[in-house]
Amino acid sequence: MALTREQVEHVANLARLALTEEEKERFRQQLSAVLDYAARLQELDTDAIPPTATVLPVRNVMRPDTPRPPAPREEILHNAPEAEEGCFKVPAIGWE
Amino acid sequence: MHLYDLTIHEARKLLDAGEISAAELTQAVIDRILAVDNAVKAYLTLTPEEALEQARAADAARREGRSSPLLGIPVAIKDIICTAGIPTTCGSRILENFIPPYDATAVARLKAAGAVILGKTNTDEFAMGSSTENSAFFPTHNPWDLTRVPGGSSGGSAAAVAAGECLGALGTDTGGSVRQPAAFCGIVGLKPTYGRVSRYGLVAFASSLDQIGVMTKDVTDAAIMLGVIAGHDPLDSTSLDVPVPDYTAALTGDIRGMRVGVPKEYFIPGMQPEVEDAVRTALEVLADLGAEILEISLPHTDYALPVYYLIAPAEASANLARYDGVRYGLRVVGDSLEDTYKQTRGHGFGPEVKRRIMLGTYALSAGYYDAYYLKAQKVRTLIKGDFDRAFEQVDVIVAPTTPTTAFRIGEKVDDPIQMYLSDVFTLSMNLAGICGLSLPCGFDSQGLPIGMQVMGPALGEMAVLRVAYAYEQATDWHTRRPPIRSAGR
Repeated sequence: MALTREQVEHVANLARLALTEEEKERFRQQLSAVLDYAARLQELDTDAIPPTATVLPVRNVMRPDTPRPPAPREEILHNAPEAEEGCFKVPAIGWE
Repeated sequence: MHLYDLTIHEARKLLDAGEISAAELTQAVIDRILAVDNAVKAYLTLTPEEALEQARAADAARREGRSSPLLGIPVAIKDIICTAGIPTTCGSRILENFIPPYDATAVARLKAAGAVILGKTNTDEFAMGSSTENSAFFPTHNPWDLTRVPGGSSGGSAAAVAAGECLGALGTDTGGSVRQPAAFCGIVGLKPTYGRVSRYGLVAFASSLDQIGVMTKDVTDAAIMLGVIAGHDPLDSTSLDVPVPDYTAALTGDIRGMRVGVPKEYFIPGMQPEVEDAVRTALEVLADLGAEILEISLPHTDYALPVYYLIAPAEASANLARYDGVRYGLRVVGDSLEDTYKQTRGHGFGPEVKRRIMLGTYALSAGYYDAYYLKAQKVRTLIKGDFDRAFEQVDVIVAPTTPTTAFRIGEKVDDPIQMYLSDVFTLSMNLAGICGLSLPCGFDSQGLPIGMQVMGPALGEMAVLRVAYAYEQATDWHTRRPPIRSAGR
């Protein structure tokens, strides 16, 4: 199935991806080709087949709630694009 | 024989006998890296000082009479597995400067077993690729022919092992990323059962498929390394709480009476005839060793590729939502907070990662979820059922690892589906959550290695290792080392 440019822009917005005009066109073609390839799955009747989300049995995994020392704050903030006074610094929101 | 050519078990013997020191061994491997890695380009980060320090500590421990499975053995880690204090880039610009504050459980277990960490190996960005060409930094070259790819996404680890730039390495396998590069580079690559090895500290790509595996020069080394990293981890809720057997006990060489299934769907038109011939010949070797060879069918094999390329991107699109330029990684400031997210991700991710995020987001989006994602999950059930039925009849399944030997750098970069097809024989195993191993079973007329895959049921690593070891001991492919030649230059 051929995707439209509008669909590509819609999906890019959902994924919070800025794409160039050239990328939009390239992805439109490539994603259309992959979806065409995936269309062969429709050959199979799966009405009575349950989906597999994980190969493991679905179960709750519990462990004792024992306090452990957290990672040092400086090491965590060291990886932040911007930090100030022991906090992540982010662009202002709510002013727009 | 150079020290860098040693296997782990050979080096262990020399170290235990006091014939070499871990410092000498580590220095020899570092020298080897310095000699060949400008051509192979297996490593993204080298940590030679730390490695030599760890090696001297291993020597001191050995002098005090201590012993552990990897004491003083130099190994490499794929750069998508977290290493405390050492950059972990995932082959991506978005994490170019990321330094993890903790070790992945698999890394912590290697260190606890005495391993010496040489550095971090190249990978396709976020492990998305089959050639290591999707690394944001540079492609890795196949040591057997520098004009060809080493496979991917664990291509750096595979090339490093093959070229003598480490004695063993960790890779990760989401759809074949340990086994396919192992096949292309003529080494052993083992993907354990889903949940056998903790994923704590493995940067997530597709969480229901990802598994850390080992890449080594022979089957014995794979058994040793797996024994070190396997086991339950309370920090990973998907890790299996079952005892770890002594995997080296599987290395008996005796496979009399074992039932080996050969799936007819894994010998397809268009595959390289030399690959089929090599695997057929290897099956005769297994029969001569007393195994019973049975033709079997995995009828939904053809659907594995489209299922994988819907499920893996869907999971990736969710996992990679965390790269938003707030807490770690790149930030590209835009006109608004939302635009900052978009610019950060648009600039930070490479083409294949963006392609898969787009595909996954589409497959999960309103109106398409049932037709793509849910449909793929249902067909995944059928694929898993194929293996469940097959393993009622046979102990292991043997097939080619890849339809062809290593392809040329640049050959498939512009055609995603052609690139995806190089994983056509490996991805079903991840969808079913089972285990398997690729080992060398010959060379084609270009001198490129051919890989054979031995698959086992969930937690069937012992059977897989037993068959692989028996074949290996009956052949000598695993003793060949690449000449590091550059064709046409």
